[in-house]
Amino acid sequence: MQPLLEIRDLHTEFRTGAGIVRAVDGVSYSVDPGETVAIVGESGSGKSVSAMSILRLIPDPPGRITQGEILFTGRDLMGLSEAEMRQIRGGEIGMVFQEPMTSLNPVLTIGRQLTEGLQQHRGMDRIAAQNRAVELLNLVGIADPARRLKQYPHQLSGGMRQRIMIAIALACDPKLIIADEPTTALDVTIQAQILELMKRLTQQLNVALIIITHNLGVVARYANRVNVMYAGRIVESGTANAIYHDPRHPYTIALLRSVPRLDRPRQMRLDPVEGQPPDLTRLDDGCSFRPRCRFAIDICAASQPPLTPSGDGGHMAACFRSDAIAIEGHADKTFDREVHPTDEHAGDEHATETGEAA
Amino acid sequence: MTAALTALRPLLEVKGLRMHFPITEGIVARRLVGEVKAVDGIDFSVRRGETLGLVGESGCGKTTTGRCILRLEKPTAGEILYDGVDIAGLDRKALLALRRRIQVIFQDPYSSLNPRMKVGDIIGEPMHVHAIEPDATKRAARVRELLSVCGLNPNFADRYPHEMSGGQRQRVGIARALALEPEFIVCDEPVSALDVSIQAQVVNLLEDLREQFGLTYLFIAHDLSVVRHLCQRVAVMYLGRIVELADSDELFDNPQHPYTKALLAAVPVPDPSIERSRDFRPVLGEVPSPINPPSGCVFHPRCPIAVDACKRARPETREVRPGHFVACSEVRHPGHH
Repeated sequence: MQPLLEIRDLHTEFRTGAGIVRAVDGVSYSVDPGETVAIVGESGSGKSVSAMSILRLIPDPPGRITQGEILFTGRDLMGLSEAEMRQIRGGEIGMVFQEPMTSLNPVLTIGRQLTEGLQQHRGMDRIAAQNRAVELLNLVGIADPARRLKQYPHQLSGGMRQRIMIAIALACDPKLIIADEPTTALDVTIQAQILELMKRLTQQLNVALIIITHNLGVVARYANRVNVMYAGRIVESGTANAIYHDPRHPYTIALLRSVPRLDRPRQMRLDPVEGQPPDLTRLDDGCSFRPRCRFAIDICAASQPPLTPSGDGGHMAACFRSDAIAIEGHADKTFDREVHPTDEHAGDEHATETGEAA
Repeated sequence: MTAALTALRPLLEVKGLRMHFPITEGIVARRLVGEVKAVDGIDFSVRRGETLGLVGESGCGKTTTGRCILRLEKPTAGEILYDGVDIAGLDRKALLALRRRIQVIFQDPYSSLNPRMKVGDIIGEPMHVHAIEPDATKRAARVRELLSVCGLNPNFADRYPHEMSGGQRQRVGIARALALEPEFIVCDEPVSALDVSIQAQVVNLLEDLREQFGLTYLFIAHDLSVVRHLCQRVAVMYLGRIVELADSDELFDNPQHPYTKALLAAVPVPDPSIERSRDFRPVLGEVPSPINPPSGCVFHPRCPIAVDACKRARPETREVRPGHFVACSEVRHPGHH
């Protein structure tokens, strides 16, 4: 099967006063039709920038996509004209952003914002677009659509605004939706409603979804495949099961260990990822996770480990020691480790490092 | 009162606390047109040395409760007994003395530190205000000590907040709260603004400090996983009321109130095998407005087990098992897990 979207060796940089920030530094992945792919990472890992680069929504200056191919249904989006790109954005690829209040226009009615795309991309007249808008609001579970179409964003709750965003993203029957932290600003019960809605609609309409999030629980519940990003690179990639039950990169292992679990009684202290994320203007030739990595050896300083197969079923990790780590990660993947005497002091040591690292 | 009784008494006791904010109309003649019932009659206590979690979604009144305890708001009604003294009616001078004992850590490490002050001055200011350490040299030494207790380099005293990361700033906020050697700290979403890996560092720091200085925390948060990890007991709020209160493991493993159950089910856990195997249906609807809350039980419009009576009468809070309180008239036979 040909992938719907294939990103090859994408590089996006920002030129800032402090130097060149390599926000996305050689990212490659693909999305199959109808599939849900999660991009996981912390602030500054490049997860949002890599997604914005797909739609070429990087403000230039200061940003620039310096290298890479973005093949969408076989066409390279990097080679399209601005007018052709406008047909893709909101047409074949829909977007759902984090903050529904700032991504909707406050001075236009919901109806106007929903029909704009239909008139632009589908050439519908006002009446047809209006009818389609009512249909879309029904689809995303908004009661009394005719009245809602005349309202402004501030008259709706956060959850409802996010439903509107999803309706807009779906308006032109896209093949792919990119959702950038779609529920981070929402309360947990509303987050659950929105995610269930997105899951149901993407399945029903066979739309592929790239979901960008820092929430490991959301990924576990909804994603087929997962790409873990750190400092502008994908450090591990695989099925959700492989990533959670057989992690092959020290960062993934550390991330999974650092979150407390709701479904289990407290076992022990949390095991945080030591230190701070690196300054992206000052990356050296070695692995960028090296300073925080407890598996690091000399070779890690010499060159960036490439993303290579590790384990079965397309599982990949960018670590020279991924095979050794897989054994260790497997041994204590479940957090059920016994408390070692040294664990109790781990926090203090690294706490001092935090101060000195900066 | 004997010493033994004092030791048994909870450090903080909140009884029938109400905080209603007026809504007015008109510019010259202000007319009262309504009230936001942010906190609408809650009771709980915090024992010495424990961490009590206060959880709920936006607008449930958890932050307002914290602000009332700090007396940043004057409650509409109710008692807040801190170490046996009702602080709801204290005058300015008595309040100043109280605030040496009760401190706060805020959510947003970006807006809660003055960007024009150096870190050393931010941490030193409470000591200056309360005239604890008038000597500037000694104060500076104490600031360096506090920074190092909070896992920061003492030289950070000369930095400005913008030169630090979010996690480091939150450590500064914690150092400031510790400056007066308080007994009780209201932690209002102290880790919500931080990245996952940094969040774990700050959670561990809060635990270490509690042990080291014998602190008592009221931990206000919406992240239930962090609450389970950090708190001995947990109170769940919904629309200005406490719907359930129990020991942490009891609450998370054996929730009784339909809202608590809905809230817990809504949180996905980081394990695909568990997530894929469960049949999950999110609770319907959204939180109603606290200006005009539903009659009877405030959760009844969204509740899967509501009966007619729930629309009429506010449910009593009952102790369904020792130390496990539920405000729901339909919960009768709390099952074991």
